[in-house]
Amino acid sequence: MKASVGGYARASDLRHALELLSGSGGLGRILAGGQSLIAAMNMRLSAGDLLVDISRVSELSGVSDAGDRLLIGALTRHVEIGGNPLIRQHAPLLSQAVQYIAHAAIRNRGTIGGALAHADPAAEFPACILALGATLHIEGLNGRRDVAAEDFFRDVFETAIGEGEILTGISVPKAEAKETQVIEEVARRSGDYALAGLCLVKRPAGHRVALFSVGPRPLLARAAMTALDKGDVEGAAQALRDDMDPPSDTQASSAYRQHLAQVLLRRAAARIEGANA
Amino acid sequence: MSEAFRDRIDITLTVNGEPVEARVASGQHLTDFLRLELGLTGAHASCEHGVCGACTVEVDGAPIRGCLMLAPQADGAEVWTVEGLTDTAAIQDLQEAFVAKNALQCGFCTPGMLVAAKDLLSRGGIPSRQEIREHMSGNYCRCTGYEAIVDAVETVAQARAGRGAA
Ligand SMILES: Cc1cc2nc3c(=O)[nH]c(=O)nc-3n(C[C@H](O)[C@H](O)[C@H](O)COP(=O)(O)OP(=O)(O)OC[C@H]3O[C@@H](n4cnc5c(N)ncnc54)[C@H](O)[C@@H]3O)c2cc1C
Ligand code: FES
Ligand code: FES
Repeated sequence: MKASVGGYARASDLRHALELLSGSGGLGRILAGGQSLIAAMNMRLSAGDLLVDISRVSELSGVSDAGDRLLIGALTRHVEIGGNPLIRQHAPLLSQAVQYIAHAAIRNRGTIGGALAHADPAAEFPACILALGATLHIEGLNGRRDVAAEDFFRDVFETAIGEGEILTGISVPKAEAKETQVIEEVARRSGDYALAGLCLVKRPAGHRVALFSVGPRPLLARAAMTALDKGDVEGAAQALRDDMDPPSDTQASSAYRQHLAQVLLRRAAARIEGANA
Repeated sequence: MSEAFRDRIDITLTVNGEPVEARVASGQHLTDFLRLELGLTGAHASCEHGVCGACTVEVDGAPIRGCLMLAPQADGAEVWTVEGLTDTAAIQDLQEAFVAKNALQCGFCTPGMLVAAKDLLSRGGIPSRQEIREHMSGNYCRCTGYEAIVDAVETVAQARAGRGAA
């Protein structure tokens, strides 16, 4: 099918993009990498949008070192996240996640900001930034605000980004000296969205477990985290049952997703064991 | 509608080394622009939602989905399609290996396969069969069963490495 687009404008900088959005009478839609949006438009899941193309706004792209955290621009592409040495060193969870996202040609255009704003419950980056405890930077014509990852994801495809606002970037705390980060997922075919997935971050202060594709948004598995802090991996796998209530759909049943999440937790814990041995 | 938003957009780009100027519809994707406006029918429009890879072309040195990039976004871009890559002989060895190994039947997927394989081979070295499969996993072939495609890509990788070493 062919897209039906209301109009197109290319933003030259962030201010211009925000002005275009505010002048769009509520029909404005940010176009970043287009790897979810253009697919949706071609399928006519979205029609008549006034597109604000931000893909040339260079100030929103790239990774920089900000002391105890990394600042990642919203337009940084998946392929760049995968190859960036600062991310590899300080937030290896994100580097690892890239291999699971779609295919090379899609990773060459898709952006981390687009993936977070799109908020597909089966996507990797949203769960990663939840596990890492990142902060999202959002800007509108009225100013800037910061939102914690835990408050950002609201529902399927729904986030804290308000009308007329743009996600400009994220801040990710740098991994501590003894920190380990792993991501595990199961998908039917390489590059497909996950049937279930899990991020595990082990910090001196405690464990963080984020699950994806087991509910309407990524979630922190708090009961499992508590069990892992006590060194009880099997208890954590059992506790996952209290942390989630996965849906059944054409991809997988609820019971299968629960089973997968438990398997993935054991795998992730074993990998971290191995890494520290 | 606000003046700022246009439904026809002027673009200037290069396609297969040639400068191109055009006025395109705001919602037209790059593959349709190449096929319908420029007559370059090598890249195919099939699923049009990023799944099959038949539309894969090279933009600014990297393979992308032609169906997931709007023509207006190609302003200033350098685009290469299977036609241009054939004319410059950049993928001649790959094309010959595809024929020799029976890596195509109907040929619908082949332009996309070639662009994807070119990208992998441009990284140098000899990728494992697993790495070849992984890299080509976004390109569907409904005819060959993939084995022969992996054979063809592997053969070229080996031949190029041999030539480099010689
Ligand atoms: C075949 C296929 C397989 C895929 N598999 C996976 C997968 O396994 N895992 C995965 O995570 N993703 C997958 N994706 C999606 C891919 O990662 C997209 O790149 C990503 O979801 C969206 O990023 P984008 O930059 O392309 O955003 P776009 O498509 O441009 O935008 C997506 C949405 O976010 C909004 N938006 C974008 N940027 C901003 C911003 N800075 N501020 C505010 N709003 C913004 C847009 O308005 C739109 O609503 C797949 C895509 C395809 C086509
Ligand atoms: S037509 Fe573009 S991926 Fe199928
Ligand atoms: S040769 Fe027919 S689809 Fe690949």
